[in-house]
Amino acid sequence: MVNKVLKRVYTALIYFFLYAPIIILIVFSFNESKSRGSFTGFTFKWYSMLFKDRQIMRAMYYTLLVAVIASAVSTFLGTLAAIGIHNMHRRQKKILLNITYLPVLNPDIVTAISLMVLFIALNLKLGLFTMIISHITFCLPYVVLSVLPKLKQLNPNIYEAALDLGATPSYALRKVIIPEIMPGIISGALLAFTLSVDDFVISFFTTGSGVSNLSITIYSMARRGIKPEINALSTLLFLTVLILLLLINKITNKEEREMSLIEKNK
Amino acid sequence: MKRKNYAYPYLFWMTIFAVLPLFLVLLYSLTFKNGLKSGITFSNFVRFFEPIYLEVLLRSINLALISTIICLLLGYPIAYIISKANIKHRNTLILLFLIPMWMNFLLRTYAWMTLLEKNGILNKFLTSIGLGPLNIMYTNSAVVLGMVYNFLPFMVLPIYTVLIKIDRSLIEAANDLGANKIITFIKVTLPLSLPGVISGITMVFMPSVTTFAISRLLGGGQFTLIGNLIEQQFINVGDWNFGSAISIVMMVIILISMGIMNRFDKDKEGVNLW
Repeated sequence: MVNKVLKRVYTALIYFFLYAPIIILIVFSFNESKSRGSFTGFTFKWYSMLFKDRQIMRAMYYTLLVAVIASAVSTFLGTLAAIGIHNMHRRQKKILLNITYLPVLNPDIVTAISLMVLFIALNLKLGLFTMIISHITFCLPYVVLSVLPKLKQLNPNIYEAALDLGATPSYALRKVIIPEIMPGIISGALLAFTLSVDDFVISFFTTGSGVSNLSITIYSMARRGIKPEINALSTLLFLTVLILLLLINKITNKEEREMSLIEKNK
Repeated sequence: MKRKNYAYPYLFWMTIFAVLPLFLVLLYSLTFKNGLKSGITFSNFVRFFEPIYLEVLLRSINLALISTIICLLLGYPIAYIISKANIKHRNTLILLFLIPMWMNFLLRTYAWMTLLEKNGILNKFLTSIGLGPLNIMYTNSAVVLGMVYNFLPFMVLPIYTVLIKIDRSLIEAANDLGANKIITFIKVTLPLSLPGVISGITMVFMPSVTTFAISRLLGGGQFTLIGNLIEQQFINVGDWNFGSAISIVMMVIILISMGIMNRFDKDKEGVNLW
């Protein structure tokens, strides 16, 4: 009994630790006064100021633009790469896998400064273009690593069966292999998108003046002091994440239930 | 099959943007430029072993170790409790652990800034109950707190994934053979969960050593970590040669510690955050 109570209390404390800061941000996003000490009255003004804040809106635009381009390009190149790597001989495969692990294992800051050094050596002006290239580079390995396991699970006979039934190799690829590995491609794309949206370190070093994403903007704002608009922004982002995750959870739970029903009826 | 050609654009891309840049950094770390003179040198590395810089390195490793240990001590019990809950609760509890992780980590760090501030909530609360204001902000404790808060899920998730995969019959067998709960935990559950613990340690230690934003925001200027040192050399000082040398040292440290950790993890228990 004591044990059970202890467990409950411990769990509650940990979750309190996780959520208290976020809840306080949310509460204070409705606070009338700028000070953080006390709650002086309810207001929506920080939200309207947030949407009027040019700097934050631009950062939002760049964040999404970079994330969409980077995840699209890296999903395309990464999926092709995974198919290629899957069909390679052992030694070649090993070399490519090592290259793939390089940015994954390397500390972000090293990847970031190495890219910055490269761009400057190539005489490229740091800005949107270099940031997109950098994002593609660090997203690519994650796409490759989420598609490869699906290729390994693939039954090679179905591809050969398609060929035997008269499909051309490219037709078989489109109609047989791609649909089979689709879950890997989708999770790779999602992973790339979220990594890109969340990235701070690599963007910080590879972008130039005038172009900054949300992370960089928050960082520079936080360094200059606390701004109530950031509370409003946090609240909106937190709600977005919460709703998205709950939706995803509901869908996957439903799928699981349906799957188990199918299994039972077999 | 010609399919392997599909990997060539990727190989091309990664060679230019992942491999070549590292060689450039290595090149910078091994050269010097002094006015018109330039050449090959080890002095950048030698310079790193001066006391002021060694201190930075030691402080980074020290703070990262403390954070990792705290994460392990806090994280293992909660992972264990969640893994023992019934399936429905279990999924919700883990989801609740994931949600904060999906928020931008700078916002999470910023949240602590507002809490720890001199006139922040925490101090208001402490003063009201008579414990006086606490000056945590801009100290090492604040940096450790920020690291623990940001990286705790990285400890909990791998341990949890391993714990739920443990075969129940092994625990039942231990009980049948007369082991009590504590002995069963020490002799069966704990050793079987070690792969998760090891990936947890790696996943917390790595980002803690290399962070520069957390220490910059919560630690203030005077408590530089190795990440801040690199940032400083590239952004403010402009000494790329020295900055590159520090980066190479850091990379080597990380790769060595990963290598050591991998040795412990013989089963290659892969951790999938997704």
